[in-house]
Amino acid sequence: MMPKLPFLNKQKTGSSTSISTSDRSEIFRASRRDFLKIGSLAAGGFVLGVNFQCSGPKGELISFAPNVFVSIGSDNIVTILAHRSEMGTGIRTSLPMIVADELGADWSKVKIIQAEGDEDKYGNQNTDGSFSVRMFYEPMKKAGATARHMLVQAAAKEWRVDPSECDTEASHVILKGSSKKIPFGDLVAQIKEMEIPKPEDLQMKDFSSYKLVGKDVPIYDAKDIATGKAVFGADVNLPNMLIAVVQRSPVVGAKATSYNDEKALAIPGVKKVIKIDGPGLPAGLDKPLEGLAVLAENTWAAIKGSQALEIEWDLGPNQTYNSANQLQSMLKSTAAKGTVKRERGNFNQAKSSSGKIMEKTYLAPFYAHSTVEPPAAIADVKADGSVEIWAPSQHPQWARGAVAGALGIDVSKVKLNVTLLGGGFGRKSKPDYVVEAALLSKAAGVPVRVQWTRECDLHHDYYHSHSAQRIVATLDGSGNLTGWNHHTVFPAIGSTNSPGLPSDGELDLGCRDFPYDVPNIRIEAHESTAHTRVGWLRSVSNIHHAFAICTMLDEIAETRGIDPIDQAIQLLGEDKDLAFASEMIGDYGNYGEKIEDFPWNTGRMKKVIQTVAEKSNWKQKLADGKAVGFAAHKSFLTYVACVVTVEKDAAGNLIIPEVYYAVDCGIGVNTDRIRSQFEGGAQFATSLAMTSAITFENGKVQQNNFDTYKVIRMPQAPKKTFVEIIPSMEKPTGVGEPPVPPFIPALANAIYKLTGKRNYELPFKA
Amino acid sequence: MENYTLSINGKSQDVTAPEDMPLLWVIRDLLDMKGTKFGCGQALCGACTVHLDGEAVRSCSLPISQVGSGKITTIEGLSADGDHPLQKAWVQHVVPQCGYCQSGQIMNAAALLAKNPSPSESDIETAMEGNLCRCGTYNRIKDAILTASKS
Repeated sequence: MMPKLPFLNKQKTGSSTSISTSDRSEIFRASRRDFLKIGSLAAGGFVLGVNFQCSGPKGELISFAPNVFVSIGSDNIVTILAHRSEMGTGIRTSLPMIVADELGADWSKVKIIQAEGDEDKYGNQNTDGSFSVRMFYEPMKKAGATARHMLVQAAAKEWRVDPSECDTEASHVILKGSSKKIPFGDLVAQIKEMEIPKPEDLQMKDFSSYKLVGKDVPIYDAKDIATGKAVFGADVNLPNMLIAVVQRSPVVGAKATSYNDEKALAIPGVKKVIKIDGPGLPAGLDKPLEGLAVLAENTWAAIKGSQALEIEWDLGPNQTYNSANQLQSMLKSTAAKGTVKRERGNFNQAKSSSGKIMEKTYLAPFYAHSTVEPPAAIADVKADGSVEIWAPSQHPQWARGAVAGALGIDVSKVKLNVTLLGGGFGRKSKPDYVVEAALLSKAAGVPVRVQWTRECDLHHDYYHSHSAQRIVATLDGSGNLTGWNHHTVFPAIGSTNSPGLPSDGELDLGCRDFPYDVPNIRIEAHESTAHTRVGWLRSVSNIHHAFAICTMLDEIAETRGIDPIDQAIQLLGEDKDLAFASEMIGDYGNYGEKIEDFPWNTGRMKKVIQTVAEKSNWKQKLADGKAVGFAAHKSFLTYVACVVTVEKDAAGNLIIPEVYYAVDCGIGVNTDRIRSQFEGGAQFATSLAMTSAITFENGKVQQNNFDTYKVIRMPQAPKKTFVEIIPSMEKPTGVGEPPVPPFIPALANAIYKLTGKRNYELPFKA
Repeated sequence: MENYTLSINGKSQDVTAPEDMPLLWVIRDLLDMKGTKFGCGQALCGACTVHLDGEAVRSCSLPISQVGSGKITTIEGLSADGDHPLQKAWVQHVVPQCGYCQSGQIMNAAALLAKNPSPSESDIETAMEGNLCRCGTYNRIKDAILTASKS
């Protein structure tokens, strides 16, 4: 069974591998329950995670761990466990910051260690969907507060004072109003005898007293990275390890009918050639593709060996697939009636009585993730059948389950160490490359590192789907926007070779959740077929939906003769929580959260829009005739507005001098990392908007490396990115993905101001 | 297979390798130094950048047979204690996001500063164009190079 993620069509998943994850929204709830079991031990007398290590002769280090996330040593070192994968968002720093702040630890002496993949111990570790801080802000506070409570109790007993007279500071318990203090480490022996406090007895600190949370804090790994010491997926070396490079089916679903490995085996250093049996069709999300692996003593021999393989392929039904043709037929399909997924009022009536009808279509290509670190994983299958893995995995639990399924062993026999990830963007959620390493190690009887080349990465990704959209808008005689009809079509995530609609979850990413106060709304989805592996890429369907919606709104504003920012404020109406869930046909996902907990609030969106207008000096720039574009888009429960300026340099090249963002992500944990996600998001989105596209001919990807799959380089990057974080005490929401969607239409709208020509297709031609 | 004696980070290292093996794999696989990264294998992304006699080179596309007696410097040998002005500036500006491309970025920037101690923004853009960062740290890389150039 595949994991039932909110944006998967359940009926479209054809894999049979048994894995340990379940519906993501269930995981949200389950992990919270699990944390309560783990983090508030006294409540149920549940002892998992109580890890007293105090044996040994006198003077030896002893430690105390009130829960799985924090332990304190007699050397006064506080160790905090990072259980989410670090792929560049700074999460390995941000979540431990919360624990340390609530505990009162000396941050300069905190040690962070990476948790292995183990859902029972740590709760959800699926690092995608921009939900790490959203899901774990409160649990991390509790983890820190539990330890602080116990330390304070112990010191108060020692000093014979009331605990309320004590506090913690810089890894010491202090007696308020005196110079008395005791290092945490000196209290370890006492607190190990204590009962874990009940959650209701915990006192959380006031936000204003935090010294780390809400501030700029450098990432924990900065120096290791700058000195080359940081350990990524391919950096672990094991004795007797062989390196595998795989030649995989050039067309999804192809099967190898015969092969000749003589030339490959003749290359010095090449040891073995091993066939990996693929699932055929459907390809699924967690299975290796069919391929032949060349195992060698070093990577170079493996690369040359894989190139020397002679393989006969039965290419199967996808060998005639041409993505350009499909895109045109998808575009045509949007002119017909689709499956209605949201209905408000009566769009047809609005259309027949309208003064003006505007109709525009939008196209976007397939994208590859192209993390600079190509996928790699190391597996060591032992003689007893168990396996130890090192992998740059965004979703260690899925990888663990997929490996267990592929090897036919219990998941408890799979130990999965998570390395740093050299970029993720959704690619490294998929465990296919980890399963490859495990299968090859088992077959070869030695540890194996699977090393993907850049060509492997671009040819065998789980791509962001290409898409076609049609938006029909109606205006009444007074120029009021009266109707909105949005048609969208794209091959759905996890589907291959059978026609289907985008899932409700994918439609909830920036399409069905259209927030504007238009009396007649109809959202229609259309069927298409995936002929490759489709997955999720940073902000997922929000990319193409925001592009279409926010450029259409700009065009509507122009037609109405109104400033697009004024129009957005006007169309959001009064400050309110939107009650649109009842208009959805099929469940509304709200990113896995209850709409009561995380409502769509128009006031918060208006605030970011007003802020970005002010910070960018929008009105003045318009008055000065600058080419400036605006877009606002909420995704992953975070409100974002964006203003982009463009110019042409002396050589006629388009440059992006300034990007302004305003963001409301609720409580901001590490403000420097929030800004860095927006700086990086603007640059990532510039590639999507200007340079990148994957195309297929005869079922094969046409791009091989960074010469043909282009991503921006320093000269093309926006020169300055300004990020205004709205101060907020609302629940925290993520910032990894939300910067991407509004940037692309804001850039499109700015380019229109500069050139007078609108772009309706990504990547832009001008 | 041939025998080579390489000068890496001031140390002499003997290796046996086929003559077409790129320096990257010599460094990573034969010498087990993992700071230099593999990104594209075609000199298109700069993740594998090292110095050969002070010049930035893409080690993924430089066969060992062409290295000769040239002095190789990798990220591990750029400074004794991670205190090269660029490394300090990288930490000060918190440049890295995922960090994977940063060894190559720093090595490329170090070769730039060795030649041009006070580069303009446009000099930096031109010199750093061959080094990809997918996370989008280009602005902070530029700021860090400017900071290091002033130290």
